[in-house]
Amino acid sequence: MTPTLLGRWQSRLFVLATAGLLWTLLVTPLLPVGFATVSETYASTFAAIGLTAGVGVLLWEPVYQFLQQFRWEKDWPAMFTLLEGIPEGALVFFLLRDVLGFDVRLVPFLIHFGTTWLVVFLCLHGPLRVVSVRWRFRGGRLL
Amino acid sequence: MPINHFAKGVKTVPTTDSSRVLAPPAPPGWDERAPELPDFLLTSPVWTDELVHESGIPVVDVPFLTVGGGMGSFAMIDCLRIAGVPTNQMKVLTNLRHPWENYAYLTGVSQLPPHYRIRSDASSMPDNIWGFPSYAVRRAFRSRSPRGFIAPLWNVLTENVFTDYWTPLAGEVFDGMRREADRVGYWDCVAHGQARMVRRRAGGGYFTVFTTQGAHKQRVVYRSGYVHLAVGYPSIRFLPDMQDYRARHGSGHRFVNAYEPHEQVYTDLVARPGTVVVRGGGIAASAIIHRLLNDREQHGAATRIVHLLRTYVDGPHGPSRFMRRRGRLGWAHQGFNWPKAAWGGQLKVRLEKLEGEDRRQLWELMAGSTTPYRRGWQRQLAQARRDGVYTAVGGVIDRVDRAEDDRLAIVYRDNATGTPRTLAADFVVDATGLIGDLRSHRLLHDLVEVSGAARNLWGRLDVSPGFEVRSLRNGAGRLFAAGAVTEGAYYAPADSLLGLQYAALRVTDQLAELGFCHRIGSGRSIAQWCRRMRGVAP
Ligand SMILES: Cc1cc2nc3c(=O)[nH]c(=O)nc-3n(C[C@H](O)[C@H](O)[C@H](O)COP(=O)(O)OP(=O)(O)OC[C@H]3O[C@@H](n4cnc5c(N)ncnc54)[C@H](O)[C@@H]3O)c2cc1C
Repeated sequence: MTPTLLGRWQSRLFVLATAGLLWTLLVTPLLPVGFATVSETYASTFAAIGLTAGVGVLLWEPVYQFLQQFRWEKDWPAMFTLLEGIPEGALVFFLLRDVLGFDVRLVPFLIHFGTTWLVVFLCLHGPLRVVSVRWRFRGGRLL
Repeated sequence: MPINHFAKGVKTVPTTDSSRVLAPPAPPGWDERAPELPDFLLTSPVWTDELVHESGIPVVDVPFLTVGGGMGSFAMIDCLRIAGVPTNQMKVLTNLRHPWENYAYLTGVSQLPPHYRIRSDASSMPDNIWGFPSYAVRRAFRSRSPRGFIAPLWNVLTENVFTDYWTPLAGEVFDGMRREADRVGYWDCVAHGQARMVRRRAGGGYFTVFTTQGAHKQRVVYRSGYVHLAVGYPSIRFLPDMQDYRARHGSGHRFVNAYEPHEQVYTDLVARPGTVVVRGGGIAASAIIHRLLNDREQHGAATRIVHLLRTYVDGPHGPSRFMRRRGRLGWAHQGFNWPKAAWGGQLKVRLEKLEGEDRRQLWELMAGSTTPYRRGWQRQLAQARRDGVYTAVGGVIDRVDRAEDDRLAIVYRDNATGTPRTLAADFVVDATGLIGDLRSHRLLHDLVEVSGAARNLWGRLDVSPGFEVRSLRNGAGRLFAAGAVTEGAYYAPADSLLGLQYAALRVTDQLAELGFCHRIGSGRSIAQWCRRMRGVAP
């Protein structure tokens, strides 16, 4: 799929709200968080998902879309989507810990964020085309 | 040797590679042997039921008709089957035995036989409207070794960044289509023969005159509400200099076009040293040069190649920092025929919104001969440059003549200086396939001249963004067109595997609104995808 800005926003929100949330629900209780309660852990993993959605829409997607303009094909290779996880993860971790004051630890965060990113990545490269046959012809727009 | 289905008894030239296609599928000629249609039909653009009845030609009712039977018709039938239309509601009128026949023929002669890579991505799948799981995933799961499993997946993950685009083999595409055709019952819809004309019917819908194939040609008139035209190229046009050469010298075996059988060129060049001029900068030119260089490496040919390019590209080119295409040493490089976003990204969205001169500008910016950057080809070319057996020059041919020694004397004008230069060569292979005017195709000629179909800014059929021939809408009836005949309208990659599927999907959506089929919404899409994965009928 070669995205448009609208398509980027919609795809990100849709996949995070479906596969991303579902995966978070499943994986959170299994994270190595020491003595933190399940509800505390859920609060921070859900916050991580929410931040990924929010910061993505407001900051990252417009940046990616701008960078895409320098490409003749106006495409966004799969590799880029996978690598986006690194700066995005770092920013979300920093925001969670230092701005919102969550007690997040690096290892559980990496496991949760990393696997969720992978799930989202996989959904974007196949399954979403089954949910909507038109998605890939509309620059990633679902509506 | 593969069995030659199309030219029984005709001797084929021995080849250095025996797996290529040599005989063309029966061309959609002009059905001279069938009796003429009565004048009262020929002259009236709109026919009534009574008029047709009077002519005595049998009338067959079928709600949906697609003319062509190539890749475009296949995509259309596949999509409508998925949208719930039974096979007895649709007909495919074609001169082809199977939908990939013309494609296989054209790719075969232009040196992309079934075991070669074609030029579309892993998810441009004529046999799978979802494009998932892609050809690359399919190849990975069929592989027997860990390396064979990982290689295609790694390639699609890193394509166009660390690696070249992953592309399927032509044979993989054909095999998949055969399976899908069996699954959806495509063969039940096919009627072999030639469609002669499509006319509007008084009261809505269309009449399509059809002549059946075989010894007893029979004429039938199909009456249908919806007609889809996927007739491919109106014709493949040869450049005037080639036609001129052939007119003057009769035999054309030294000056050939890439899209006609020219195996003798390669055979001859393996037998004795020679010089060949290849004209054009597209994928066909790459494939031909690749073949010539392979013959050098594998069969000891001593061929020298002069590559003549009308536009010699010596670096990245384009009007602005944001619209700059890669290129070097003569070639313009691009993964596919169009920039990738023309299929479904921002370029597609932009083109759809433009009209008139603005639309023309974007078309022209995106068009042009390009070839994919493939590392293997690049290495081979670099070696050939070093060995002095391959030279690319910017210039245009002025004249080609037969020299005393039966070779060719070519006069070309150098782009840099504009001075005429002469060149002696054994062969010229013209790899610039030009698409003929609509008028060179009988049915399209009739559609434009008699029915008054409007043309777009490229002179092709003017279709809506939904591929409807708006000028011939008739009551509840709809006429659609897909493929090369619609270039110049709102969708650039119309003549591509994925573009034909996009057209099919757009047509299906409109037919769903008219109540002919179901809309492929999420529920149906998921259910149908599951059926496809299980290999059961839609
Ligand atoms: C050499 C070559 C390589 C290509 N490679 C790629 C690629 O790698 N990837 C990609 O996406 N696209 C590729 N394309 C572009 C495109 O996918 C093909 O051209 C494709 O075959 C177009 O399908 P179609 O249905 O429009 O035409 P076709 O497949 O040519 O089918 C149309 C058929 O209609 C028949 N017909 C015409 N008039 C009548 C009539 N009146 N009655 C009955 N039958 C009629 C014709 O005989 C023809 O066989 C390539 C094209 C060429 C020429």
